[in-house]
Amino acid sequence: MTPHAYKAKQFLSNEPRADWHDQTLWLVRQKRDRMAAAVPEWENLRKQASLIKENVLSQLDVFLEQFETEAVKNGVTVLWAKDAAEFNRIILDIIQKHQAKNIVKSKSMLTEECGLNDFLHSRGIEVVDTDLGERIIQFRGETPSHIVLPAIHLKKEEIGETFHEKLGTEKGASDPTYLTRAARQHLREKFLAADMALTGVNFAVAETGSVVVCTNEGNADMGVHAAPVQVHCMGIEKIVPKQEHLGIFTRLLARNATGQAVTTYTSHYRKPKPGGAMYIVIVDNGRSEYLGNPKYMHSLKCIRCGGCMNTCPVYRRSGGHSYGYVIPGPIGSILAPQKNQRKYADLPFASSLCGSCSNVCPVEINIHEQLYDWRQDLTRQKRTSFVKRFSMKAAGFFLSGNARYNFVGQIARWAIRYLPHCLLYLPINAWGRERELPSAPKLSFKQWHGKRVKN
Amino acid sequence: MKKHKIGLFIPCYIDLFYPQVGIATLELLEKLGQEVEYPAKQTCCGQPLANSGSEKEAIATYRNFVRNFQDFDYIVTPSGSCAYHVRRHYDVLEQTDAVKKVRETTYELCEFLTDILQVDDLQIRFPHKVGVHNSCHGLRGLKLASASELVEQRYSKLRRLLEKAEGIEIVELDRNDECCGFGGTFSVFEPDLSAKMGKDRISDHERNGVEVITAADMSCLMHLEGIIRRQKKQIQVKHIAEILNSNSL
Repeated sequence: MTPHAYKAKQFLSNEPRADWHDQTLWLVRQKRDRMAAAVPEWENLRKQASLIKENVLSQLDVFLEQFETEAVKNGVTVLWAKDAAEFNRIILDIIQKHQAKNIVKSKSMLTEECGLNDFLHSRGIEVVDTDLGERIIQFRGETPSHIVLPAIHLKKEEIGETFHEKLGTEKGASDPTYLTRAARQHLREKFLAADMALTGVNFAVAETGSVVVCTNEGNADMGVHAAPVQVHCMGIEKIVPKQEHLGIFTRLLARNATGQAVTTYTSHYRKPKPGGAMYIVIVDNGRSEYLGNPKYMHSLKCIRCGGCMNTCPVYRRSGGHSYGYVIPGPIGSILAPQKNQRKYADLPFASSLCGSCSNVCPVEINIHEQLYDWRQDLTRQKRTSFVKRFSMKAAGFFLSGNARYNFVGQIARWAIRYLPHCLLYLPINAWGRERELPSAPKLSFKQWHGKRVKN
Repeated sequence: MKKHKIGLFIPCYIDLFYPQVGIATLELLEKLGQEVEYPAKQTCCGQPLANSGSEKEAIATYRNFVRNFQDFDYIVTPSGSCAYHVRRHYDVLEQTDAVKKVRETTYELCEFLTDILQVDDLQIRFPHKVGVHNSCHGLRGLKLASASELVEQRYSKLRRLLEKAEGIEIVELDRNDECCGFGGTFSVFEPDLSAKMGKDRISDHERNGVEVITAADMSCLMHLEGIIRRQKKQIQVKHIAEILNSNSL
């Protein structure tokens, strides 16, 4: 069993909970459908967003340099990191330079990808995640199970327990308003004491040198406004060329992510506050490698809305943690093998190739086709199991010639007709654990047709 | 109705396990005045291998398909998934005239009926509550129906053919086009997920009072039927070709 299949099995062992997870995310998908349908030009928006991103990727170096030039003009310090290690070190340097003690961070999948929290923790520096979902999983020592809804795998009762332990809320309390209020109070203290604020970046506008951060809780603003030092962390693919392009993406992002018309806060950060400092750290961490790969470069168009997770019938029933990569779900399954083919070889197979992800994607990434392409590449690189490769080779032999095919078909039909149930349903028959095999009528179509022609 | 020379492709699992679906397809096309030939040396479209990552091992099977089907006006098959595979993934073959022709003229049965023969009333009677399972490759690959994710005009080639049947009641589902979890070898390499997805699909049909689940792909129905039989449920599966060929008025 592949790691994903194994973890999916575990997730499904508690069926009512798996159903609850599926239904919760399906509701988000339905909200998204309603919001999308209310925009008659929806498909055109997707097309435009896709084309803008393709244009960006085709001359990313030019746009990045333009972005840097404009940002520097605004008084921003721009730093470049080629990988996770360099990124973490740069953040540490900034912290040390400003002697920051209290650091708050709004949601950033990039810092998750680079393992920033652990890196700083091991050096005695604590970063407080201020997104409510992120804070919950930080309290619990977990990783996000969804890129937009990081604690979606948890029930409110579990969050109540965590808050009772960490924030002293009443034991057994699980009322969302009560718990949120407690978190708010707790985070308010952190914001007021912060001397440095980290954020992710949703969009970086090349012509203005500004970055845009979308949140529903206003936590990016609370951090940035209160702390004298602000640090924005972005992957190289976050560029949009012009301010006027932003509207296309902000209209798509929240609708597709959570079924909202727009995120509650869309914050534009352009220059440091008087007396303060503003940094933008631009991270490659392997991205430029897939930029050069025509099959997979389109995965860099992703705006991290999480829509493909909400719609994925596999993700909804296996949970984000079943993927074992920082970004789960369909998009994660095409990003992960670019990071490490061996480690994540099972992920492109953790899909029925239904294609719903590609239809939902606001920037028209052909996710399911890339999953298919990854399957070919990983098999060619022998990253899949020998049994699978061997059985496919054998199947290829038998299916490619009429006589061979008829011979094997006869055996299969004979086995189903005459073998005793206990032999047919040995544990090795994965199909038969929860399903009956099809029955095999006396004649195959080919045999029936042969007789018909004769008569 | 114009008469076409049709090569009938009966996918491997239909040939071996569901011959009645092949027979219904053949009879239906003949009823509609088509000249149908079944090339006897056909095997499989190669999809099971390619979807498992072994496209390379499928090339010989692709070539066998092209060899058998290059001399027809149209190639018709009662499988959206196989038709999609030929059209979309035979791009790895050298694009000879024969390959190009085969890719362009391969049709799933329902779209052949609606788009090429332009029929919608087959003069049939099917007095049952029917749930339409929209198989993914037919739906999103061949666009046999509008997909729920897209903001587009709603349509369904399957429903267009079914809804004129006398006595039929087509049932609305809670999730109109969610995957059943078959997914080729996904069904055995992720058996728990696959079975769970199938169970959830069946529940949706049951909850809404469906008597017969139909689809343009027997593979999805084979998976659903496997669960239905194991759980001894009442609900039935029937390939759309069997319904369209049944009980002519």
